[in-house]
Amino acid sequence: MTVLRTIGGIVLALVAARAGHAADWLSFRGAGGASLVTAGTLPTELSADTVRWSTPLPGRGLSGPLVVGSRVFVSTSDGPEQDRLHLVCLDAASGKILWDRQVWATGRTMCHSKTSVAAPTPASDGRQVYAVFSSNDVVCTDLEGNLRWVRGITYDYPNVSNSLGMASSPLVAGDVLVVPVENDSESYTIGLDVTTGVNRWRLDRPKGANWTSPVVVADGLAALQSKTGVDCIRTADGTTAWRYTDGADTVASSWLADGVLYVPSNGVTALALDPADPAREPRQLWRNNQLAPGTASGLVAGDAVLCINRGDVLTAGEKATGKRKWQLRLQGPFSTTPVTDGVHLWAVNEAGLVQVVSLGETEGKVISTLDLGDEILCSPAVAGGSLFVRSNTRLYRVGK
Amino acid sequence: MTRSVKALVVTFVGLTTLPGLAQPVAQPAAAPPSFEAAVAMLRQVTGEGQGNAAATAAWPVVAGAGVDSLPRLLAAMDGAGPLAVNWLRAAVDAVCDDGEPLPLAGLEAFLADTRHDPRPRRLAYDLLRGVDPDRAAVLLDGMLEDPSVELRRDAVAALVARAEAAAGAGRAEEALAGLQRAFAAARDVGQVQAIAKSLEKAGMPVDLARHFGFVLEWRVIGPFDNPGGKGYATAYPPEQGGDPKAPPAVPVAGKFGPVEWRPVTSSDPLGLVDINGVYPPPAAAAVPAAGTTPSAGESKEGLKEVVAYAVAEFDAPQAADVELRLGTKNAWKVWLNGSYVFGRDEYHRGMEVDQYRLAVRLVPGRNVILVKLCQDDQRKPWTTEWEFQLRVCDRIGTAVLATGR
Repeated sequence: MTVLRTIGGIVLALVAARAGHAADWLSFRGAGGASLVTAGTLPTELSADTVRWSTPLPGRGLSGPLVVGSRVFVSTSDGPEQDRLHLVCLDAASGKILWDRQVWATGRTMCHSKTSVAAPTPASDGRQVYAVFSSNDVVCTDLEGNLRWVRGITYDYPNVSNSLGMASSPLVAGDVLVVPVENDSESYTIGLDVTTGVNRWRLDRPKGANWTSPVVVADGLAALQSKTGVDCIRTADGTTAWRYTDGADTVASSWLADGVLYVPSNGVTALALDPADPAREPRQLWRNNQLAPGTASGLVAGDAVLCINRGDVLTAGEKATGKRKWQLRLQGPFSTTPVTDGVHLWAVNEAGLVQVVSLGETEGKVISTLDLGDEILCSPAVAGGSLFVRSNTRLYRVGK
Repeated sequence: MTRSVKALVVTFVGLTTLPGLAQPVAQPAAAPPSFEAAVAMLRQVTGEGQGNAAATAAWPVVAGAGVDSLPRLLAAMDGAGPLAVNWLRAAVDAVCDDGEPLPLAGLEAFLADTRHDPRPRRLAYDLLRGVDPDRAAVLLDGMLEDPSVELRRDAVAALVARAEAAAGAGRAEEALAGLQRAFAAARDVGQVQAIAKSLEKAGMPVDLARHFGFVLEWRVIGPFDNPGGKGYATAYPPEQGGDPKAPPAVPVAGKFGPVEWRPVTSSDPLGLVDINGVYPPPAAAAVPAAGTTPSAGESKEGLKEVVAYAVAEFDAPQAADVELRLGTKNAWKVWLNGSYVFGRDEYHRGMEVDQYRLAVRLVPGRNVILVKLCQDDQRKPWTTEWEFQLRVCDRIGTAVLATGR
């Protein structure tokens, strides 16, 4: 039985490594941090019947789930000091827990009561899963739960921590795992070798608490956001390609759509990458301080830029100019970034109310809601026609 | 046989999924290491990923060793570094994946031997409890003084539950005795505070500061300047060397003029030392002019961009490895007997008891603990505090008290 299961794992790993899964959700907010899903795949009419399953989780957390093929991965923490760190794998079809790998935190686990040690969303390249925790422990497994390597970033660099908690999500870029551990004191972003976990490079970063997550902007290039702006780095060696220095938010993260990086800076600032050479200085398209994302990051849907502000107002702006088109007050508050297929928006508020918004040219309209009745602080994953969201206690599959 | 096959197959998976390997390559796998050799490879993992590559190859052997290996696997954690322990910890999960019956006798024997490290003993307990919760509850009864904080915590919780049941049944004396015993045994901060509250309600107040080992007697000097946070790295006279056991008795130049050491005694149950209480802000600096109010969100009191030092003398009955446990929202540095221990330039991100744990060694007799506490320029209401708490305790949180206290 063990052998059969492991051989199954070989097949799964080989398929994932070579074919990839176009429909997978492999990182925080999906590819490019765009929160974009294939049109027509998610249900727009929600009801209790659309909750396909929910599974109790072994511990707390607000990290988003990942979906790799037929498997869902989610991180949690538990124990009196929240120092038991879990990477949990579930079957996407049934919600059954397939395996759970635990390690103990080697860094500090103190954090604000609203967040959790399992705050950063893991990342995957389709072959391995990389879970980062607020304690700055990094755990890498293959899809079958075989441990590939561990790191303790705070163990190595003792002043890497944040008493409010760390939350930046890692990013896989080729054979480098980009791990932002930026904080008030010993502030770095580190590139780890995906095979061994050793440092490829370690970049000094601005001293200051930072909960934003990096975005791949082009092959071999990632945008690191901080209070000083955005540094675009070459992920192979950590060297800087270009800098945007007008400051940026430290909570909501940048997102990429159609070669434009939208930065939560002075409202939103749109930076057009050079299509011939994205490593060259980008061109500023527009800036609009009426588009001010709150905790949730923004996104692009069709020809609109969308942001939910701290007053729970969804604002649509013209993608080409940033000019405001319409506004719609949603039921908030929101910690999660919505997802869109360009026609509709799925926004989940902190009370677990999923709101489906029809995105028109002149207005937006809530056309369906589903009350999960559970606190949802994670940004969802989307795969197989379903939303995957987790609360502090459960993982939900909503949809097909 | 099964375990060997599993180990080899899992190793094969590892080889064929290496990045950059375009096609699966059928290569004869090297003979896997023995369980002991594989464990030794995992135990060699240290910082910055050193040892990870060898451990990646060795882990499947340990993870595939079957449930009978669990006591040996747990014992392998004894004395290992925290990263090595994590390799072993994850292997325990994998070993248990197959659902084979656990070696309960071996796990119970491991749990009973308090020479083993606390974390694997707790893990053994959890494995036992998953199979036989009744037996686990029986075992917990004897763990009130356990060296594992988590096992002790559960044992204390069970005792508190029994005390509460006794109180509910009108057996007040039994309930009180149970709570007192639980308080004496408790080390978990939240649990200690909850029991203290129950005892106080029952008319038996306790000395929390003594239970935790908070240092209450300090001498404080300041304020020194901290413009733009630069005071954190500025060595003012109290940290300028000399005899660490004889801090300057000067006056020296401070931010607003000559300053000197002032005695401060904390009366807070959790040992809080409020520097704002020692140095109230000059009226002109913090109090709005007549007829005006502070701007929205602006701090109403407390000096800004300042540094203070606090020094305490701790008479240790003997040399001892202890922890200095600090809580503060302010940037800080700590020295023991003139040697720098640690510091962190973070402001107003939260504070809790035992926020920072600093392992140090006390010398017999007089020790000098020096704390540097910096306040920044933020003006929001939550940035007013300029305070700290520090206790001396052993590894599990048992107070280490100075001679004569």
